[in-house]
Amino acid sequence: MQRAAALVRRGCCPRTPGPWSRSQSSAAAEASAVLKVRPERSRRERILTLESMNPQVKAVEYAVRGPIVLKAGEIELELQRGIKKPFTEVIRANIGDAQAMGQQPITFLRQVMALCTYPNLLDSPSFPEDAKKRARRILQACGGNSLGSYSASQGVNCIREDVAAYITRRDGGVPADPDNIYLTTGASDGISTILKILVSGGGKSRTGVMIPIPQYPLYSAVISELDAIQVNYYLDEENCWALNVNELRRAVQEAKDHCDPKVLCIINPGNPTGQVQSRKCIEDVIHFAWEEKLFLLADEVYQDNVYSPDCRFHSFKKVLYEMGPEYSSNVELASFHSTSKGYMGECGYRGGYMEVINLHPEIKGQLVKLLSVRLCPPVSGQAAMDIVVNPPVPGEESFEQFHREKESVLGNLAKKAKLTEDLFNQVPGIHCNPLQGAMYAFPRIFIPSKAVEAAQAHKMAPDMFYCMKLLEETGICVVPGSGFGQREGTYHFRMTILPPVEKLKTVLQKVKDFHIKFLEKYA
Amino acid sequence: MALRAGDHSRVAMNGLKEKVLTLDTMNPCVRRVEYAVRGPIVLRALELEQELRQGVKKPFTEVVRANIGDAQAMGQKPITFLRQVLALCVHPDLLNSPDFPEDARRRAERILQACGGHSLGAYSVSSGIQLIREDAARYIERRDGGIPADPNNIFLSTGASDAIVTVLKLLVAGEGPTRTGVLIPIPQYPLYSAALAELDAVQVDYYLDEERAWALDVAELRRALCQARGHCCPRALCIINPGNPTGQVQARECIEAVIRFAFEERLFLMADEVYQDNVYAEGSRFHSFKKVLMEMGPPYATQQELASFHSVSKGYMGECGFRGGYVEVVNMDPAVQQQMQKLMSVRLCPPVPGQALLHTVVSPPTPSDPSFAQFQAERQAVLAELAAKAKLTEQVFNEAPGIRCNPVQGAMYAFPRVQLPPRAVQHAQELGLAPDMFFCMRLLEETGICVVPGSGFGQREGTYHFRMTILPPMEKLRPLLETLSQFHAKFTREYS
Repeated sequence: MQRAAALVRRGCCPRTPGPWSRSQSSAAAEASAVLKVRPERSRRERILTLESMNPQVKAVEYAVRGPIVLKAGEIELELQRGIKKPFTEVIRANIGDAQAMGQQPITFLRQVMALCTYPNLLDSPSFPEDAKKRARRILQACGGNSLGSYSASQGVNCIREDVAAYITRRDGGVPADPDNIYLTTGASDGISTILKILVSGGGKSRTGVMIPIPQYPLYSAVISELDAIQVNYYLDEENCWALNVNELRRAVQEAKDHCDPKVLCIINPGNPTGQVQSRKCIEDVIHFAWEEKLFLLADEVYQDNVYSPDCRFHSFKKVLYEMGPEYSSNVELASFHSTSKGYMGECGYRGGYMEVINLHPEIKGQLVKLLSVRLCPPVSGQAAMDIVVNPPVPGEESFEQFHREKESVLGNLAKKAKLTEDLFNQVPGIHCNPLQGAMYAFPRIFIPSKAVEAAQAHKMAPDMFYCMKLLEETGICVVPGSGFGQREGTYHFRMTILPPVEKLKTVLQKVKDFHIKFLEKYA
Repeated sequence: MALRAGDHSRVAMNGLKEKVLTLDTMNPCVRRVEYAVRGPIVLRALELEQELRQGVKKPFTEVVRANIGDAQAMGQKPITFLRQVLALCVHPDLLNSPDFPEDARRRAERILQACGGHSLGAYSVSSGIQLIREDAARYIERRDGGIPADPNNIFLSTGASDAIVTVLKLLVAGEGPTRTGVLIPIPQYPLYSAALAELDAVQVDYYLDEERAWALDVAELRRALCQARGHCCPRALCIINPGNPTGQVQARECIEAVIRFAFEERLFLMADEVYQDNVYAEGSRFHSFKKVLMEMGPPYATQQELASFHSVSKGYMGECGFRGGYVEVVNMDPAVQQQMQKLMSVRLCPPVPGQALLHTVVSPPTPSDPSFAQFQAERQAVLAELAAKAKLTEQVFNEAPGIRCNPVQGAMYAFPRVQLPPRAVQHAQELGLAPDMFFCMRLLEETGICVVPGSGFGQREGTYHFRMTILPPMEKLRPLLETLSQFHAKFTREYS
């Protein structure tokens, strides 16, 4: 006790002289450890605990970086420490991060970004003139001609103009107004902001947000955080995950009992499902939204990732416009895009935009006000977005290489999509819908009842149990379908198609072998 | 698609349907949010700039944006080394270029090794690249004279604002009389009031003491806290040191007193220290809350919950556009820390270029590095100029009758108090404007100088202030300050 007291006295001295050495800090730690033994001086309860924290935050789940990924991280550390496993590396097939899996960035994009970052390079002969031209244009539009200045909260003006021009070209001339364009910190930021503004009311009039099942779990996470009401509508697995308006109708009718459904979210191309909605379907959805007075959110970040020759990307904006003024002047729509997917894969830059249609002018004012509190999206991400919407065109010096690189990435992805679908469908007990677009396979897996019981004994969802076993035995990390939502009694997992082709083949083979073994074990 | 019969009832008289999303149906918390730094006066400044571009004649030729702490927008140059390392990370082909110093190349390689696929384009772990968290920990240790920092307690963020909002989010709970209250300084940086409005938490104001260079007084903290307990559950205490908008740098004794108070009253401490590199006044020194806390020993050091924030936007770097920052949490409940990580994971990760920049800020060139001399020279030049501008601003404002400016000990702003004649106050009220907003609007219209009214930051009833940055280029600063002072004199005469 004398020792403890001496340590405490030393640690409590407010004028502790000189640099705090490690021995002194460990003395303090030692002292407090000793003190823990004496109940009347034991650690008091913290202010911020699981009980006292924000319950809405506690309710948030985000499976893509959830428990299975934490487990994958632990296993990687064990491998690093030399612990022997049935595999030599963890394969992170849980997240849509193409460059992490070896996809190369587009040269032109990085050239322009480097020029913007370090403008001395504008004098360097190693950079093509068309890249320099774009860099100068971006820098001139920045405060102090630097990426280091804050931009307007809505984003750099000329970049918003370029985005509008891109949308107009993409949509065959349907005009886009730069004033309706907001640059964002990835698409997630835009989606979260719009949902935030939409959520109001209390009890039975609390805002209901319709989301697809299966969904990308950003939606359920934001809905939880905002304490809004999640309204599920099921995509049709038997029909390539098609969206069925009758199902939308069922969902909204049921929801009206206990909330005020105000928002309808669509992900097209789909995540995790990869389906690309037909034009007719999009028209039906728009009509439904118009009828039921729903604000439409169209998450279109995979618009460049369409592989199936029978499918085409139709933007909600274009279809809305082409449906005539009753719809195009009335339906409120927000469409989202990002630099993270497509052929660019620039996830780390956190670049994105949203285009809003038919928003009340006062709401647009509120939107800018809300965005202004966070000042602005990262300007380097805005610049990346600018190059995405303003790429080299035929005749420009960089066009050929750009085009080659882009086609190579997209061709590769298409090939891997088909490969994945085909290989999974060869496995008894696995059924995989066509990967029409996006970057994921979401196969349905048959889990025998003995395995379901085993999962329940471990207090895990059956597909989580399956995925954990897969991870522990093969090192392959995928996300259980329960993280995205699925029909009761069905099980799935989401795996990305992003590993390089040869590795992907190995991965698919390993999953196949694992699955067969799993079926045998729990027969 | 044909309209059905029943649908016509929903069509309003002017042929347009009523919208789903209107001021009445929107999130009421968001509606209450205000952020003066980019508020109405800035919108007006934008309009004036537009008019100037269109050739409309004005009593001035340019709008001076002295409203926002954006150094590079006002001409401050980025630090060469920072941008070299970043350019190398962005376009690794440049690693073969002899135009880049060897130490910059080494840094870039080290950062890229730590990135997925060796690319800035990959997502990082949600708390930030581990290597950079480790570098930040070492920076904190060096800064704090060796007091250990644990990389696992450091979370990189999208500017400090992002981390501040995340921590506030965790803290907000309860309802009615148990709703979380958060103590914030008046005057404050209005991110705090905006975030609290958005989160529907209770804002509890404590007043800084203008008579004593904006000092923080524990008696005032106590007063605010006691009053608040009647209608909310105060859980957190926010300090901005060096202060924004006030520029005061807290004395060590004050920081100790605040820590003791927070511990006694069970308040989670949030220390916004983004201006830690911006200390100008002789006799002022930055003391991090972390260091003081640790040096106070148990029970404070082992039990007081603290979150400290830093950013790449200020200091000598001024890299606002990159949105780089971090928070260090001390004595946080491990389960809550996991929850924080989970919350951050929904947005995936902070921008990786911003993380790379932060790396170079916390791991700058050392004296043995080839780039050290230039780096040091640039850094000193920026800080010296800021110090000179701080002094000049204080001096010129204090020469003007009716303007009184406390010493700008640190940060990047002057927050002078202005006397406004009662007739002006009355006129403002008739217009439905806060008197200092009225003053600032007139200033803007007649001189093109854009500053933010004190009402946007909070101030004692009956007092008026404005916040002006000290960032305009040196040669422009004195004329600006004089123009402003002359305007004030004219304004005073007009309303006498």
